[in-house]
Amino acid sequence: MSEKKQIAQRDAYGLALVELGKANPNVVVLDADVSKSTKTVHFAQEFPERFFNFGIAEQNMMAAAAGMAKSGMIPFVNTFSFLATYRAADQLRSSVVYPKANVKIAATYGGLSDSFDGPTHQSIADLSMVRALPDLTVVVPADAVEVEKALPVLANYNGPVWFRLSRNPSPVIYGDDYEFTIGKASILQEGSDLTLISIGTMLGRVMEAAELLRKEGLMPTVMSISTLKPLDQESILAAARKTGALVTVEEHSILGGLGAAVCETVADQYPVPVKRVGIPDTFADTGPYEELLDKYGLSVQDIVKAAKEAHALKK
Amino acid sequence: MDTKRVQELERIANEIRIEVVKSIYRAGSGHLGGSLSATELLTALYFEKMRLKPEEPDWQGRDRFILSKGHAGPALYAVLAKRGYFPVKELETLRKMGSRLSGHPACFKTPGVEMTSGSLGHGLSVGLGMRLAGRAKGEDYRVFVLLGDGEIQEGQVWEAAMAAAQFKINNLIAIVDYNRVQLDGTVDEIMEVEPLADKWRAFNWEVLQADGHNLNEILPALDQAIERSQQGPVVLIARTVKGKGVSFMEGKADWHGKVPTEEEYRQALAELDK
Repeated sequence: MSEKKQIAQRDAYGLALVELGKANPNVVVLDADVSKSTKTVHFAQEFPERFFNFGIAEQNMMAAAAGMAKSGMIPFVNTFSFLATYRAADQLRSSVVYPKANVKIAATYGGLSDSFDGPTHQSIADLSMVRALPDLTVVVPADAVEVEKALPVLANYNGPVWFRLSRNPSPVIYGDDYEFTIGKASILQEGSDLTLISIGTMLGRVMEAAELLRKEGLMPTVMSISTLKPLDQESILAAARKTGALVTVEEHSILGGLGAAVCETVADQYPVPVKRVGIPDTFADTGPYEELLDKYGLSVQDIVKAAKEAHALKK
Repeated sequence: MDTKRVQELERIANEIRIEVVKSIYRAGSGHLGGSLSATELLTALYFEKMRLKPEEPDWQGRDRFILSKGHAGPALYAVLAKRGYFPVKELETLRKMGSRLSGHPACFKTPGVEMTSGSLGHGLSVGLGMRLAGRAKGEDYRVFVLLGDGEIQEGQVWEAAMAAAQFKINNLIAIVDYNRVQLDGTVDEIMEVEPLADKWRAFNWEVLQADGHNLNEILPALDQAIERSQQGPVVLIARTVKGKGVSFMEGKADWHGKVPTEEEYRQALAELDK
């Protein structure tokens, strides 16, 4: 693994939420009996009058957030991604997204990051679901810095936002000068042989893979997609034109997430070979996080292999 | 009670029933039974008890109403039109493509519709959220939520009931349109909700009951509900009749979502016009 500094996104989020609370009196925080896990506990201590613990009742929490938003508040709904996305799916769809309620959903413990709790608590098909909801903004920050930078931007944006956070420490990629813009991909490295398109905290592994590829003489462009929807199609198509081969990397099922979004984009507008790196169409396992990633298709070597295959498919 | 005013409200409720029957007949689909059972309740709220400014639908001080049983949209639309939120003539566009009167209410489409509904079980949670926000901002608007009796089979309703009591929420009033009939049959055949008053009490709600078609009962019950809701959440269980006002529709599950034939339509209007 990289020697970069590692910070868990949920820790960065917990602290950034307190800062947001100081800056914006309309921010209210809702949790469903997991505030010590989501790290909203800091906000609860600082602003008890703006913190609402709904108990283990996510459907009620989600729809109540819609009512709060319709009354001028900016509610942040907090729970594990599988609960925010699946347990409260209809409340999200019918009472938040369809009425365009200004609710921010912090879907934490994304991907395999709740590794030891197993597949019931992991979320490997959340992106596919939220991505298909019209008008929902879907954000998956790449590191702790991006979480911190994105939070005030998401609060200022008027409309429903679903964003994913990782439970575990992940490499800090961005510097303090990073600026987050909704719907804008970041280019971290320029190369002409192929493009590695990363989403979320896989960026650390993607950067490592890029380094190995360069050592072997392949020059990749490295792109990070932190807004899955609306997707920065322009940047993806520019990369397709420039490098002629794409590899997507996501801590998600290979069905329906970033890989699907990129394939849809290039198939419609500029077909090039795409290799999708992600979790095969299966539930994962219980175990140490980094080892689970390796086992379920997301090792650095998996990325390198896919990159070579994509490059070989170039015309 | 001002007898003249009650008679006036009864007349309005009857006009609303006529608009409901007409609009659903013209649309060729829609939910008659549950719209007709809610008519007096909606009339009492919108024409007597709620603080509103129809000319300024977003007025901050307004009382909020959420039609959690969204399939009674035709009744809400008729009430809003009669109350001046939009022209009565627009009721002709119910369920038509491009209309502001969607199959179920949508808040960003229709003036006066506070919240989108249709997927059952959400409204009490939304109302709770509105009151949590109101209380945090020091605003005393009331939130009324109309629930169906079939609808409260949804578990989320009880999550919301538990939370409203936990948060000791004020100015939140739930009303159950207790018509005892749902889509597939009667409530006792499908999924009994009795003992209903005890259920709400067990969730630490104040319970009031009234005949949901008798304005002489509804109006004082709403006054009482408003007053008691200062202390905590209140539910008014309003005994109603599904399809009320049209003899052959009354109490029949068949008329949950059926559209009358031309002959039935004429007969329904004849009964309501009397």
